Amino acid sequence: MKNLELAIAKHPFFDDLPEEDIRSIAGEANVVNFKDGDVLFKEGEDADKFYLIIKGKVALETYTPGRGVINIQTVEDGEMLGWSWLVAPYKYRFAAKVITKTEMIVINGTQLRAECEKKPVLGYEMMKRMVRAIAFRLEQTRLMLMDVYGKRPKKN
Amino acid sequence: MEDTIYNTETIVADPMVPTLYRVESYVKETSDTFTLAISPTGSALEVKTANQKQLDAAPGQFNMLYVFGMGEVPISISASPAVGGLLTHTTRDVGSVTKALSALKVGDMLGVRGPFGTPWPVERAIGKDVVLVAGGIGLAPLRPVIHELLARRADFGRLVVLYGSRSPADIIFKNELKKWKAQPGVIVYMTVDRGSSSWHGSVGVVTRLIPKIRFDPANAIVMICGPEIMMQYTVDALKQRGVSGDDIYVSMERNMKCAVGFCGHCQFGEHFICKDGPVFTYDQLSSLFKKPEI
Repeated sequence: MKNLELAIAKHPFFDDLPEEDIRSIAGEANVVNFKDGDVLFKEGEDADKFYLIIKGKVALETYTPGRGVINIQTVEDGEMLGWSWLVAPYKYRFAAKVITKTEMIVINGTQLRAECEKKPVLGYEMMKRMVRAIAFRLEQTRLMLMDVYGKRPKKN
Repeated sequence: MEDTIYNTETIVADPMVPTLYRVESYVKETSDTFTLAISPTGSALEVKTANQKQLDAAPGQFNMLYVFGMGEVPISISASPAVGGLLTHTTRDVGSVTKALSALKVGDMLGVRGPFGTPWPVERAIGKDVVLVAGGIGLAPLRPVIHELLARRADFGRLVVLYGSRSPADIIFKNELKKWKAQPGVIVYMTVDRGSSSWHGSVGVVTRLIPKIRFDPANAIVMICGPEIMMQYTVDALKQRGVSGDDIYVSMERNMKCAVGFCGHCQFGEHFICKDGPVFTYDQLSSLFKKPEI
């Protein structure tokens, strides 16, 4: 395997993916280093990239009038970033900004989506992995919504 | 003279009689959380006996703090007198008594009963990796464990501290967290539920850190303290990593009143939290977690 293929194979998102698929994904990918403050994408932009973080930290942000930019969640080592390339209308719903030096595998999402259309087995595999990641993110979001550390008045 | 000594010993030995303590320092940790460092007052024998009892307290135990005229609350010890010479408690002003505690000033008096309850399993952790997971004010009861593990660092394997907080402004023991992080072989990860523009750390729930940490699930002891729902999700994540429920310890919170298992206020299934807990293995409680009836 080449270095890029090895990096893809080692990323938890692609754990145990067949070598043939890894080779195919590598044809649409690059390993890129980003520095603190780099903006990966902005809210509403075309979602044409799929990011897999090897090492580092990226903040998902949104702007709220009166409150400014809010860091909703960070995405870190071994996690994936951005599923909008797979979900119509293929627009990013939040902005993403690098907050510590980050090394990532950047995949061309438009090409990968076309590849998934052509190869339903790969497409289904990608969907399963994406749903697992989204479900994990949803569970975390629900926990955050519960505000478990919030103040609840007690008798004493 | 003999009578005096006899009476004093009788008073100190009665678990329902508080010892008089004086507030020596008050530190505001966050907008609603504070740390009180206190020392016993009274005769030389009373002071000596009280000091010895608290020096013998194990990490995880709690005291009943009595604000005269207001009432008593169970508060975990956040630092033993062995560390810095004073008995220390950290709490949040969420009710009438804790609000009254937060209004105490240096020199004010309060009553202390204790220490009570079961401790964290520090001795069981010898030779093993230790993972501590704290949520919110839950870092306070785990702080004495961290002090002890650091004091006896060579006795333990990896030490991982995971701490989840509501926001950067709600993080307690900020300076100590930095010091712990700087120690060799100690991993400290912090995350907050709500970030801020100046926060460059993680945003997300503490449970998401579990899949990423390096430790040996087959040879580890995990201690968790925080809101019950956070503890349950943490246990789920740990089980997915292969940690046995018998190696996972949780510290429970209920409405403790007498602290010695008489009154029944803190009953949790077949357990009294004050006497049988607050520290339990997860296996002891697994059938009781998330039961709305309990």
